[in-house]
Amino acid sequence: MNKTKEALARRIVSDDKVTFGFWIYLMTDCLIFASLFAVYVVQRSATAGGPSSNELFDLPFVLVETLLLLTSSFICGLMVLAAQAHRKNLVIIGLIATGLLGAGFLAMELTEFSHLISEGYGWQRSGFLTAFFTLVATHGLHISVGMLWLFVMIYRVSRVGITPATLRKLTLFSLFWHFLDVIWIFIFTIVYMIGVL
Amino acid sequence: MLGKLSLDALPHDPIMMGGAATVVGALIFGALIVTFLKRWKWLWSEYFTSLDPKKIGVMYLIVALLMLLRGFADTLMLRAQQVLSTGDSQGILSADHFQQVFSAHGTIMIFFVAMGLIFGLINLLVPLMIGARDVAFPLLNSVSFWLYIAGVALINGSLIIGEFSAAGWLAYPPLSTLEFSPGVGVDYWIWALQISGIGSLLSGINFLVTIFKMRAPGMTLMKMPIFVWSVACSMVLVAFAFPILTATLSMLSLDRLIGTHFFTSDMGGNPMMYINLIWAWGHPEVYILILPAFGLFSEIVATFSRKRLFGYTSMVWALALITVLSFTVWLHHFFTMGAGANVNAFFGIMTAVIAIPTGIKVFNWLFTMYHGRIKFATPMKWFLGFVVTFTLGGVTGVLMSVPAIDFQVHNTLFLVAHFHNMIIGGVVFGIFAGITYWFPKIFGFKLNERLGTYAFWCWLIGFLLAFVPLYALGLMGAARRLDHYDPSMGWQGLFVVAGIGVAVLGLGMFFQVLQLVYSIWKRNENRDTTGDPWNGRTLEWSVPSPVPVYNFTHIPTVTSRDDFWETKQHPQADTRVPFEAIELPKNSGFGFAIGVLSALAGFAIIWHIFWLAGVATVAIILFVIIRTTGEHDSEIVLSAVEVEQIDAAARRKMTAGVKK
Ligand code: HEM
Ligand SMILES: [Cu+2]
Repeated sequence: MNKTKEALARRIVSDDKVTFGFWIYLMTDCLIFASLFAVYVVQRSATAGGPSSNELFDLPFVLVETLLLLTSSFICGLMVLAAQAHRKNLVIIGLIATGLLGAGFLAMELTEFSHLISEGYGWQRSGFLTAFFTLVATHGLHISVGMLWLFVMIYRVSRVGITPATLRKLTLFSLFWHFLDVIWIFIFTIVYMIGVL
Repeated sequence: MLGKLSLDALPHDPIMMGGAATVVGALIFGALIVTFLKRWKWLWSEYFTSLDPKKIGVMYLIVALLMLLRGFADTLMLRAQQVLSTGDSQGILSADHFQQVFSAHGTIMIFFVAMGLIFGLINLLVPLMIGARDVAFPLLNSVSFWLYIAGVALINGSLIIGEFSAAGWLAYPPLSTLEFSPGVGVDYWIWALQISGIGSLLSGINFLVTIFKMRAPGMTLMKMPIFVWSVACSMVLVAFAFPILTATLSMLSLDRLIGTHFFTSDMGGNPMMYINLIWAWGHPEVYILILPAFGLFSEIVATFSRKRLFGYTSMVWALALITVLSFTVWLHHFFTMGAGANVNAFFGIMTAVIAIPTGIKVFNWLFTMYHGRIKFATPMKWFLGFVVTFTLGGVTGVLMSVPAIDFQVHNTLFLVAHFHNMIIGGVVFGIFAGITYWFPKIFGFKLNERLGTYAFWCWLIGFLLAFVPLYALGLMGAARRLDHYDPSMGWQGLFVVAGIGVAVLGLGMFFQVLQLVYSIWKRNENRDTTGDPWNGRTLEWSVPSPVPVYNFTHIPTVTSRDDFWETKQHPQADTRVPFEAIELPKNSGFGFAIGVLSALAGFAIIWHIFWLAGVATVAIILFVIIRTTGEHDSEIVLSAVEVEQIDAAARRKMTAGVKK
């Protein structure tokens, strides 16, 4: 009896450590984005005779993209609620929906990229496009990593169900996903919205 | 198939072949010794796969000290060149090779010597000082270590295959862009730093969590040993600064790989942006190194003055203030950029302001010594040497914080003298003091004091001889990174003095090696028989030396600052608590595998062998997925009986070999 209590106490402490560590990690990742944002702001006018931001971006398109990501984040939040209620099937459905929306987001982003590149406005064109592609693609890369994580979680939930360890991992995943959402809001504002002004 | 790699990548000229032969020879020699002693299995199971921070710490120290020898060998070449190469003589190195050598020297000394030594001591000391059995994430800790080794492997690999960067230790563009550095040198630089830098970042997170979540019951923040505080501040800096380095290196690498225009000199690229970014990391980096050294000195001064550290609270505040301020001064590295008088004035003033908390710390140490019963053991000698050299360096630093003066000495040997003053007189002396002081705790016997004293004097005198002339040379207008100068400048005499200084430094290192060998040989005469050889103050001295795997049989309850010291003043009746079972992390080859794969991936990208880079990256991802999703027990349990036996054996061993 005492043993299990102790084990439980240890588990809680270790959960606490992991969560705290994960928050610090997110902060460091945030700083990577901060550096890229700073670079983007510096490079925004460095068009080297090429197109500038208000000639390139298609705001309605990006708005749809944004909505996809926001919705996926919302569903991800619901998924965690389902996990806390130990509703295994709901969790899996939630994960799949989150993933599909994320995939839609990525597909739209890639479409935008290939469109730009086909017009001759790739990252080699100017300092501005370099900064734009790198910032947005870094976010996209994070989304891809998130998708990979998501697949692993689907596999895990269907295999072992919702154990305390799974619950913790799902929570961390949703933290990551929301974080990417917040970063995207900044990209949307600073790159696209201010960009078309 | 093999990208840019071909047989031409092997070294051709005699000096470079010498370098390659030394590395290969050292590796073969090491491997032969291990084979001869039949120690491979032992090495693998006791060290390479160990998750014990004490073992990881020892590995950091060994590798970093070897790298110190490598970095020092570089300076022998630099110094010889600058002594000889004037007038008709071209010295011993070609201009390009000279550039590679100072770039390698700076890079190795900062990333693989200073960082390695600091992380080694942090691993060894932090868990013990906070009364914990381990770090927060032992497996991650081992990954960090092996990423550091991957960096070491790459930077030394550049001696054998290809070349190293000739763009200085910070690889400023446009020189470091593809246009002006088409070879693989800069790529070696990028990937050695990128990989080991990610390791440092992970360590930073790990130790922050360790310090904030794993302190023994009763140890409030203001009861932490000051070294732990200094590490906490340093790790905050790691967490804030290293992401900037990661991002910056990635951008430089993209410029070189896929033709982006971050830092190129055309198409809207902006080289000055790189210089801003790299120093936004670089200035905090120097504090990442010096703050833990401050912490080490604080513990040492208190112990050898047999007094409480004077002004603990102000020490903590000074550390915190330096941590914050260190992000507001980066522009002092390029006052000459032309940012305008007001910008320069702001950064100049901020730089001068940092001297205030630093000064507070120096005075606190002096007041700690005041009226103390000072014992001049070697760690204390290093401390006193530090006070002298560090103050000198501090004064020249404040001097250069005045933009108008900096315009005169920017990029001269005056600056080189200044930062070696801080780094050798500050960081390196601090680490040597720390290693001497905690050596008995780690290995169970003290280092020989007499040889240590010789080494100290050689370092102090050698340092002054080697670097004070550089102040003069700098004021006479000698630029840094010079491979040749005209005799009419009248610099040669001072370069000769500096060269003699380096020889004296070499003698100092010789004494240190001798000290180590001699102390191991005579270890039974210098056994630490009590676990507390210096009459210490903090928790690590309360356990046997060398420390058993689990650190503490019982997690201590802390009631005051310098808890162990207080306990010694008011001995309590020995209330024996029964031993209990202890859970420890199981060995794992995971970190090793990640390190090897990362080095492979880095090597592949450097040489444009993209399929290999892809394979290695996918392998890393798979390993991570398998490791984090698998349900395996990653812990072993020592039963109460086993703990009792280990404890008794550790205590017996302390006195066993001692001759009566
Ligand atoms: C062991 C004694 C040392 C000696 C004799 C020494 C000597 C030198 C010399 C001669 C240079 C080239 C100066 C020039 O530009 O002309 C140099 C550069 C440098 N050293 Fe050291 N050094 C020592 C230790 C260290 C340590 C411990 C560190 C850092 C932890 C360090 C970091 C650097 C850096 C960053 C550079 C600049 C490299 C560049 O210009 O890119 N050095 N050192
Ligand atoms: Cu600085």
